[in-house]
Amino acid sequence: MEMISIWIAAILTLGIFSFLYKDNPLYKACEALFVGVSAAYWAIVFYFDNIYKKFYEGAVTADEPDYFLWIGAILGLLFLTRLIPKIGWVSRWPMALIVGATAGLWMVGYFVSNAMNQIGSTISGIIVYDTATGFVAWGETFGSLVILVGVLSGLVYFFFSKEHKGVFGATAKVGTWFLMVTFGASFGYTVMSRMSLLIGRVDFLLGDWLGILR
Amino acid sequence: MRRQIPILITTIAGLVFAISYFIPHDPFGESESIFGDWITIVQAFAVWLGALNLLKISFEKISSKSADWPYAAIIVVSLMGTLAVGFYDGYSGMAQDPQISFRDPGTNFDWLYRFIYTPLSATMFSMLAFFVASASYRAFRARNVQATLLLIAGFFVMGGRVPLFDMMISPITDFPVFSWFADWIMTYPNTAGQRAIMIGIALGIMSSSLRIILGIERSHIGGGSG
Repeated sequence: MEMISIWIAAILTLGIFSFLYKDNPLYKACEALFVGVSAAYWAIVFYFDNIYKKFYEGAVTADEPDYFLWIGAILGLLFLTRLIPKIGWVSRWPMALIVGATAGLWMVGYFVSNAMNQIGSTISGIIVYDTATGFVAWGETFGSLVILVGVLSGLVYFFFSKEHKGVFGATAKVGTWFLMVTFGASFGYTVMSRMSLLIGRVDFLLGDWLGILR
Repeated sequence: MRRQIPILITTIAGLVFAISYFIPHDPFGESESIFGDWITIVQAFAVWLGALNLLKISFEKISSKSADWPYAAIIVVSLMGTLAVGFYDGYSGMAQDPQISFRDPGTNFDWLYRFIYTPLSATMFSMLAFFVASASYRAFRARNVQATLLLIAGFFVMGGRVPLFDMMISPITDFPVFSWFADWIMTYPNTAGQRAIMIGIALGIMSSSLRIILGIERSHIGGGSG
């Protein structure tokens, strides 16, 4: 059984890789299989984790049922009215709940974590001391200054209410340099993560399937 | 009723979650917990809406014999098959022991995950390595200062993550220049740029959220803004 399973996985892997040559029926079949399996996979995971465990065990079979959960289930069922065009507008209610709650949560949460905390980390502890010797650690201090200059100039670049001219424009230009380094680093990082996935698949084909790599 | 009730729900839900951050006591703390439970359940139905919609569209393609309908048939069969396996494993497992999960090793659902879902998804994402390689060939040209910085940062971060580059310069110096410089770029200039972007995003999210809570932005309920 294990060998058949590995063969199936290998054929599917090669089927997806066949797209590198050109779009073909085997790739399209594998793609359709991926779409169907992944949609059902997450539907099952969410059914048992959220609907069964949260709602059914909390509101139906629990010793002390939480009747508030029924409102969530009814709102969830209203979501499915989207499939019936005549009453599809009812699905706006659960959508409104999700969007409203997310907006409320993110409005404060993102401001604290992504704005205030980041500003705090940027401006605090610019001069770094070596904990062992007690002297200034020049390398880390220089790095902190690089971060301070990069954040300030990057923010200036994102400020579009004032024309990028003079000192303001020069600062914005420095900001674009930092942003380009960030994009380059993110690009390189993404390439390497995809490469590690590719190495994983090649390792599977040559090791588990063909047995060339041991 | 079609517009007012959703706006009201949006405003109440938004205010409850925003206020409960500052006042984590009842009734806001309790309300946040209740709303959180509702959202957990509604999210699951939203995922099911997506799956059922995919099924509906695929059935329509098959019945109308439109182009590529055999692939729609594969979607229907794989989706229904995975659902059947998931429900069978979920309920039969719990009938034996409530602690048994459909995801436990050895179940049919776990087999689907290991030998169908994982190879397909990992290969699909790994293919991006080829596409980003060809994209970088076109994009990485040192035309000006910005493009040169992009090129240098990308080159060093990629080169610093593999031992080959440090090995190549080892006859000249024992110091691992590539990996050190890759780490330095990731720790300092990259952090600076990321922080500037994050702060910008946070301010954007804050203003968008405020517009949604106040009912100015209504695109999520089928209306425009204003």
